[in-house]
Amino acid sequence: MIELQGQVALVTGAGRGIGRAAALELARAGADLVLSARTQAQLEEVAGEIQALGRRALVAPGDVSQAGPVEGLVGHALREFGHIDILVNNAGITRDAVLLRMKEEDWDQVLQVNLRSAFVCTRAVSKGMLKQRSGRIINISSVIALMGNAGQANYAASKAGLIGFTRSVAREFASRGITVNAVAPGYIETEMTRDLPQKAREWIQERIPMGFLGQPEDVARMVRFLSAPETRYVTGQVFNVDGGMVM
Amino acid sequence: MSSIQEKVTQIVVEQLSVEEDQVTPTASFVEQLGADSLDIVEMVMALETAFEIEIPDEDAEKITNVQEAVDYLEKKLAAA
Repeated sequence: MIELQGQVALVTGAGRGIGRAAALELARAGADLVLSARTQAQLEEVAGEIQALGRRALVAPGDVSQAGPVEGLVGHALREFGHIDILVNNAGITRDAVLLRMKEEDWDQVLQVNLRSAFVCTRAVSKGMLKQRSGRIINISSVIALMGNAGQANYAASKAGLIGFTRSVAREFASRGITVNAVAPGYIETEMTRDLPQKAREWIQERIPMGFLGQPEDVARMVRFLSAPETRYVTGQVFNVDGGMVM
Repeated sequence: MSSIQEKVTQIVVEQLSVEEDQVTPTASFVEQLGADSLDIVEMVMALETAFEIEIPDEDAEKITNVQEAVDYLEKKLAAA
């Protein structure tokens, strides 16, 4: 399967979890990768795996919620590869607290990393996509955006914000051959969900019709699908990958 | 026709996919040449690249036809 041969994908939060799986899946489909995250060491590991697949990987650590570093990152990627065809806005954090105990910095940090970074990265990357009249932007939202979750008002707001962002930008770019879609994972086995107490895990599993947590690769395959030529007529949509949790 | 005007006209023709004879100095990009807001942003980006300058948003808003673009560029390039 080399349907993405010659294409370049930028994935934020690519050091682990869903971002790492998406980067590897896109590399297996033939794409070269630009990898971003805060910690370089994890990115180097993922880059090694991508190079082992015979694809090129550029490691670009930095804060993707700030325009300056992002413009630098995109410039570096363009000098290296010449174009960016796929953007996966995946960087995300949680700072859980019940609302009455939620601090303003918990709110601000989550919104900054999860939502603002998607805006900043999309603005930086879309310039080139508009020029070449093609591109794929995939925003990693969450089923929590759709159903809400006690203790995650900040996270839910940021992920719901991504959906509104997705639809608006999809409308702006539709006439230029750029599709913009969101993927809403349910509970996936990552570091973000690993530390859940056993009781919470059981509670969750009871609410997933399929009865088990998903793997990062389940989400990654949807990202690859939305990057592929076969989905050129799909834009402004939200795809749940959640074992049937929300339907 | 000045070389700046020729270059601007060429960019307008390409960016807005219009015929050259439609692009008169005073033809409005939006009303007469059918540009939408994204077309305008892309055209300004193309002008920036072609003339190797930066056009701030507040200046870009004032450029609504070829003549205004040429006047702006002449002033800007003379100052550089």
